[in-house]
Amino acid sequence: MAAHYPAIIVTVPLFGALIITALWWFDKRLCYPISLLAGTVSLAASVGLFLDVLSRGVIEYRLGGWPPPIGIVYRIDHLNGLILVVVSLVSLLNLAGSRSVAEKEFRDKVGAFYGLYLLFTTGLLGMLITGDAFNLYVLLEIASLTGYALIGMGSGRAALSGLHYLFMGTIGASLYLLGIGCLYLMTGSLNMTDIARILPTLVPSNVVLLAFVLCLSGLFVKMALLPLHAWLPNAYTYSPSVVSSLVAPLTTKVMIYALFRITLTIFSFDFAFNSIAVRQPIIWLAVAAIFFGSLLALSQKRLKKMLAFIVVAEVGYMVGGFWLGNRAGMSGAVLHIINDAVMTLCVFMAAGAIVHKLEDDRLSVMKGVFRKMPVTMAAMVVGGLSLIGVPPTCGFFSKWYLIAGGIAAGQYPFVAALIFSSLVNTVLFFRLFEIGYFLPFEQPKRYHQYNPDSFFRYSGRRAEAPVDLLVPLVITALLLIALGIFSGEIVTRVITQAIPVTLG
Amino acid sequence: MTAQTIVSIKPLLAVLASLLAVPCIILSRRTVNLREAWTFAAAVIKFAMVVSLLPLILSGAQAEYTIARVLPGFALQLRVDAMGMLFALVSSFLWIITSVYSLGYMRGLQEHSQTRYFCFFALSLSATIGVAFSANLLTLYLFYEMLSLSTYPLVTHHQDRQARSSGRKYLFFILGTSIGMVLPAMIFIAVKTGTLDFASQGIILDKIDPQVVTVLLLLFVFGFAKAAIMPFHAWLPAAMVAPTPVSALLHAVAVVKVGVFCIARMITGIFGTELLSALELSTMLCVIAAVTILVSSFIALTQDDLKRRLAFSTIGQLSYIVLGMALLSKSAMTGGLLHIAMHAFGKITLFFCAGAIFVATGVKNITQMVGIGRQMPLTMSAFFIGALSVIGLPPCGGFISKWHLAIGTVEAGQYTMLAVLLVSSLLNAAYFLPIVYRSFFHQPEEGMFEGPRAEPPLWCLLPLLLSAGLSIVFFFYPQPFLRLARLAVQGIMGG
Repeated sequence: MAAHYPAIIVTVPLFGALIITALWWFDKRLCYPISLLAGTVSLAASVGLFLDVLSRGVIEYRLGGWPPPIGIVYRIDHLNGLILVVVSLVSLLNLAGSRSVAEKEFRDKVGAFYGLYLLFTTGLLGMLITGDAFNLYVLLEIASLTGYALIGMGSGRAALSGLHYLFMGTIGASLYLLGIGCLYLMTGSLNMTDIARILPTLVPSNVVLLAFVLCLSGLFVKMALLPLHAWLPNAYTYSPSVVSSLVAPLTTKVMIYALFRITLTIFSFDFAFNSIAVRQPIIWLAVAAIFFGSLLALSQKRLKKMLAFIVVAEVGYMVGGFWLGNRAGMSGAVLHIINDAVMTLCVFMAAGAIVHKLEDDRLSVMKGVFRKMPVTMAAMVVGGLSLIGVPPTCGFFSKWYLIAGGIAAGQYPFVAALIFSSLVNTVLFFRLFEIGYFLPFEQPKRYHQYNPDSFFRYSGRRAEAPVDLLVPLVITALLLIALGIFSGEIVTRVITQAIPVTLG
Repeated sequence: MTAQTIVSIKPLLAVLASLLAVPCIILSRRTVNLREAWTFAAAVIKFAMVVSLLPLILSGAQAEYTIARVLPGFALQLRVDAMGMLFALVSSFLWIITSVYSLGYMRGLQEHSQTRYFCFFALSLSATIGVAFSANLLTLYLFYEMLSLSTYPLVTHHQDRQARSSGRKYLFFILGTSIGMVLPAMIFIAVKTGTLDFASQGIILDKIDPQVVTVLLLLFVFGFAKAAIMPFHAWLPAAMVAPTPVSALLHAVAVVKVGVFCIARMITGIFGTELLSALELSTMLCVIAAVTILVSSFIALTQDDLKRRLAFSTIGQLSYIVLGMALLSKSAMTGGLLHIAMHAFGKITLFFCAGAIFVATGVKNITQMVGIGRQMPLTMSAFFIGALSVIGLPPCGGFISKWHLAIGTVEAGQYTMLAVLLVSSLLNAAYFLPIVYRSFFHQPEEGMFEGPRAEPPLWCLLPLLLSAGLSIVFFFYPQPFLRLARLAVQGIMGG
């Protein structure tokens, strides 16, 4: 059993999705428990696998018993072992809180939602676990296609935003595929370690350089690094809130992981940082992403769109931190993948709870929301403080490493951008808190129709989100503080092993 | 000299006492007497914890406790030394008095959301003691930010338009400077030196360029904006919209003293007196402090709102402490540290009086207080004593600290600073004494203060009489604070 953890992680949600797709024609009530079960099994297997990696080191799992480089190999080290746990945990937490919201939002399409949800998670987990460059592309497409569908399930402009995402996402995936094609052309292999073994014999080669640039550009589109971010804000704003709290914390983070994996495992640190001069331009892109992402977030009138632009800025944190090319910067980037996944989940879930109750995410309707939804807003405060970077929440510690890395590398514009973004996040969140805390309740101008939810929107009474949403939300908020307190442990025991040992 | 260090959980308990009271306060929100009982219990336990460490500190030892290793090489760590003890002693004791006063004030005015108020008050005190006991800059920063955030709901307690704009100003200055200035400076030092622990001769000697040291020093001095050094002072007068107990304990003692305490820690523990005197940065700091002292005193003269006048007076007095540390002479440092305690007792008395006048009569402005002494003789007598202490006249505690400061200026040969101290004392007298004089010796306006004596509720009156009395007691017996201050200076300067 324990030896097959890698297969369980991916196949259980995959088959869960298939079962749900078949079963929901008969009984819709089965969808939620089945997907919850699949998510839990997947999380348990991830944790087990991670503990294995901690005690035994890198694990290779041959899918179907085929030996590499012909067969597909799942390769788990400290880096993806840790991120697997986080991704399956985030997915499960969001899933646990989805029941009331999904029933209200999707009604009779709830089966399709849960099927896609599990398939999307399968794609992301597969991308993390695989040691095969082409397999990564396949799973990337699984995650992307289900992502487009999930986003398109919303109302209003959701379908259009989903289509926009589909166009951009397809271009990104195609670029990545072209890059892998070039590599296959040169090396005749798709296995990452195998390619890495062959590549040094080919350098200098323009085709390899082209492959690197193509892979990188494809992933930059997928992770929405400025100026390729245009698909992201609308897709995350108009999608159903339970979808945005799944897609927003995970998609960009897994893409950034893929960037790390491709750069470090396939092309090697030496090639990416020393042989070619892409480091400085990418850091400038990251600085621009942080700077403009924050500024654009400042100009938003809708809560979810504001959070979406914060995601754009956060992508700059991780990309920039990684390309600093020193120990502190890379540790910060890896730590921030974990922390940012949890804190984005926290704020998007809280936003989802608010949207669920108020049926609107404009900041101007959030007057008095602290009194109406104290628990939700408490979680929002913790998430906000973490995004600002206030200790002891985890956001502070990853920011610490990133800034320390920037100072050690002498990249002061990057440091300035990080500080700037923290200050802007302060304004963003305290503006929300001010509206929710100070402003009086608005009397309704007209009742188009009486329904209990829109009634709550205008009354000052407690109208907290459903308990099944609040419990995971509160767990997420507490997790932010726990991650902060244990970040020393995480870095020394896990992340140090995840980044190249040669770094000073 | 290396002090003996003892591992003890008491510092952590002192920090946690009020933190653990928060859930209790929330749970018992329906029964108000029980709720207030939790506050008192926490305050007394906290003070007892602090006092129980006192003999250890006075014997020259230190107490230490490591909470967690959050970053490789950097831990969340508490360490109690004489300097931290002095500050913790003052703030935890005054919390007890202020809790009594809060009870009278909040109930007297029938304020809303009292549960929230007491919760965040308890949180603030946890953070304050945390700052006092921090063993390194990282821990200090953590508690500093915790204090900033937990006082925000207290400052904006009234939730009206004025509270909102004051809250914005508060956040802009306090969070803006700590994230924008202190955080990068702190990480810069961590990267360059590999440590953030407070050491008796600083940690950056010979590790950072002199020019960069100057920039770092300025980033810290202005970045700890809670010390309200001009031009980062504007939040303090604005924060006076808070209920008076908040102004009294937090904006005369806990929060603002945390600011100067942080600067003092930077000067002694991070930069080190030797480095500062070698680079001749002392004069620069003195000038910054002196400008703040004089300008704020002049502005205080023009304020009609009593609490705002007190706020500007506080800004000036805080810079006394900074000046004392910046002079880098033994007596001046002793005086500066002593002033943390002496000014606290004097100023809290004045704020208590301002609040008591408001509760009893609803008057806020000084021009309306003519003749008020006839109606509230006890309150105004206490105000007089508090004013004497802040001006620095015997027989009040404030005299002792100013005396040391003055001697310190002579020791350091900074006669200009002596002049600044004297001029400032005159200005202090000019903005306080007329209030007292008019309240007793001028005829009140028609219809004002003509009834029988109307002192504030007993819960308000007792604390202010107690703190005024203590101001006098500390003139005759300044021993606990004086010994701690001397011990701290000994640790810094040696000998």
